[in-house]
Amino acid sequence: MPRRELQVWFMALLLIGVGVSLTYYKSRTLGFPLLPDSRAEVWTVEATLSFEAGQGPIKARMFIPGLTPGFAILDENFVSRGFGATPRYVTGGREVQWARRRAEGQQTLYYRAVVYEDTAGRGEDTTPPLPSSPLLAEPFNTAAQMTVEDVGRKSADPGSFAGELLRRLLAPAADQNVDLLLDGATDPVAIAETATSLLAAALIPSRMVRGIYLKDQSRRSAIAPWLMVHDGTTWLYFDPATGEQGLPEDFLLWWSGTDNLAEVDGGRDVDVRIAVSSNVVDPVNLARRRSEVREGPIAELSLLALPIQTQAVYAILLLVPIGALVVAILRNLVGVQTFGTFMPVLIALAFRETQLLWGILLFSTLVALGLAFRFYLERLRLLAIARIGAVLTIVVLLMLGVTILGNQLELESGLSVALFPMVILAMTVERMSTVWEERGAGDAIQQGLGSLAVAAACYAVMDLEVVRHLVVVFPETLLIVLALMLLIGRYTGYRLTELRRFRELVQREGTD
Amino acid sequence: MWSLPRQLRARGVLGINARNTDYVQRYNPRHLYPLVDDKLQTKRLALDAGIAVPALYGTMATPGETKQFTDLVAAHDEFVLKPAHGSGGDGILVFTGRSARRRGQYRLIDGSFLSDAEIRFHATNIISGRYSLGGTRDCAMLEYCVRADPVFDHVSYRGIPDIRVMVFRGYPAAAMVRLPTRASHGKANLHQGAVGVGIDLVSGRTVYGVLSSAATDEHPDTGEMIADIQLPNWDKLLELAASCYELTGLGYLGVDIVLDRYHGPLILELNARPGLAIQIANRIGLAQRLRRIEAIPAGAAVADRLGWVREAFRQS
Repeated sequence: MPRRELQVWFMALLLIGVGVSLTYYKSRTLGFPLLPDSRAEVWTVEATLSFEAGQGPIKARMFIPGLTPGFAILDENFVSRGFGATPRYVTGGREVQWARRRAEGQQTLYYRAVVYEDTAGRGEDTTPPLPSSPLLAEPFNTAAQMTVEDVGRKSADPGSFAGELLRRLLAPAADQNVDLLLDGATDPVAIAETATSLLAAALIPSRMVRGIYLKDQSRRSAIAPWLMVHDGTTWLYFDPATGEQGLPEDFLLWWSGTDNLAEVDGGRDVDVRIAVSSNVVDPVNLARRRSEVREGPIAELSLLALPIQTQAVYAILLLVPIGALVVAILRNLVGVQTFGTFMPVLIALAFRETQLLWGILLFSTLVALGLAFRFYLERLRLLAIARIGAVLTIVVLLMLGVTILGNQLELESGLSVALFPMVILAMTVERMSTVWEERGAGDAIQQGLGSLAVAAACYAVMDLEVVRHLVVVFPETLLIVLALMLLIGRYTGYRLTELRRFRELVQREGTD
Repeated sequence: MWSLPRQLRARGVLGINARNTDYVQRYNPRHLYPLVDDKLQTKRLALDAGIAVPALYGTMATPGETKQFTDLVAAHDEFVLKPAHGSGGDGILVFTGRSARRRGQYRLIDGSFLSDAEIRFHATNIISGRYSLGGTRDCAMLEYCVRADPVFDHVSYRGIPDIRVMVFRGYPAAAMVRLPTRASHGKANLHQGAVGVGIDLVSGRTVYGVLSSAATDEHPDTGEMIADIQLPNWDKLLELAASCYELTGLGYLGVDIVLDRYHGPLILELNARPGLAIQIANRIGLAQRLRRIEAIPAGAAVADRLGWVREAFRQS
């Protein structure tokens, strides 16, 4: 075996050895699970408050989770360089106050909490005092009174009262009084607010609360309102958007009342983002964190120690080498032709958001429409850079068109088209049209389908739950991917397609 | 329908992966690629070394220079417009005359006409890198339009057949001629439907034909036999091909030669990554021949190398 060959094998085996032993150590000694758990046990919630500092002293306050039915807070911390942070209980729940005498420019403050499911914590709260009737001006007061009486006649207890009330608020056209009270508002927050004041008029304690859904890898969680109604013994929960009763299991209650999530005195352009990720932390690790025992250097250097938003980015980035491996296999071992070397990987990343079938459909539609425009542009005789720029512009416009159309037809997949890498799309259109003209439609379509097939294969592998889990929890598995790349790079055997291409050479053997 | 890897290995078939790692990467140093990727540079190199190439009429390196097009071809009715960095015959236009009735109209090889403006637009496209690898800036070349040798009159549809000689370390290892067809639009490119015909290296006679990977004995358009044609000037042609090794220093080289009616063999272009279809056209695996050539010590003169080839590859 020549030296170069030996060197490649040595490197590959070394990389595989390091990758496998690191993985083994982490799974055995540190207890990271090798296989994805069906149930995420720990959620990391991170609220990022950012604002532009003004001239004077700055006082920022932000609600933080306090009463969280169904969840318990394992650990929380505040990252606020230069600011003093004080958490405290207030009427809306809990809040943190950040203060600083002077600051300049963009400020970013973090609150991070690790929460876990804890069914024992559900419904723990004191019985609230009876609310006082709201003071409303005419004609709202009469409308409120009539609605309360009307709903009261059709309900038996606070629970059914609230249910009936929400039903009416959600269909305001049917009832003039309700229509007047809502004044055209249809968003859940307005409905919940109106419901609380009407419930108060009926002397039923209630409050609007807000929170987020704990969905994995959500980089900007939407804040959803919820209605809490006390029936004399326990709290009942209603969804003001649908009127349904019962708190979903993945809803994390954040604060109550009508105040904003955060307010900043002495700052402007206030923006709050809440990011959520489920962390794969097994019970051993959970216990370790709870006791705040520091782990070994390898666990410290883990990806899971990064801010959640960065984690979410890496959860995708780490999949790219996996896709590249699939491309290398399909091109070097099988012999599939594609447009551009790693274009299929980027398309496959977009497929993750659109789902495969929709992705293929959207991709084909965009490329086909793009090609049609491209053939027209050919007749206009433009210089190359301007022409590709024109194709890019058209691709972006087409994406916008598909999104708007998808929104009109209420197809959610239409919205995800924006995730396609538009430059890659434009270059694909450009290269495909060149091949089309030079080599004919057959070659162009064949290569196009080849690219699509490779992208689909990349997606299939990158979307495997095991693969996604492994690259995030054990990024060292990428060393094994690297080793495989080296080995494929030294593969000098035939490609699968060559077995067909050169068949003539073999078949002639007998007749010669 | 399929062959087994074992069978291909037994026939000494060279695969793309092996070609890339064992030959292209090993024998073709990267820094020499520009010599062959840029046809203008190849041509100048060949002219300096006294190697026959089609005459250069002019170049256009910026969109502004395309204005000179009319002047550059004023003295020529027949000419070829091509990108200096093109590959696979893409972007090449072959002109065979002018319109007798309308000024500024040039006849293409397929009989259609292009105007001055259209040709200049094509040249601008070439310059902006439409046909070059990686889309980098390119240069448009105008050169002598080769008239095919009469030997090809009945086995070629329009365009000019070209002869590909695989030269390894200066030793010709295999050769084939590519005959344009109606399907290939007059281009001598196997991808596009040209017929590839293997050539016996020693005698210069054609052997088998291959059309999109299937064996054929006649030209699909003319119906003439394509096997057993004796190519003229074969020894001169082989010498020309072999000397391209000294010219470029590239060990694994595809040399494309045209047989001109008046000027004999001319080097058209060189290729640092020659394709593998030559194996199908000759029904010969390249690997064994390459291994035999690999065993010879370096430093032999062109004449000695050709002598070795005639001895080694004589078909019994």
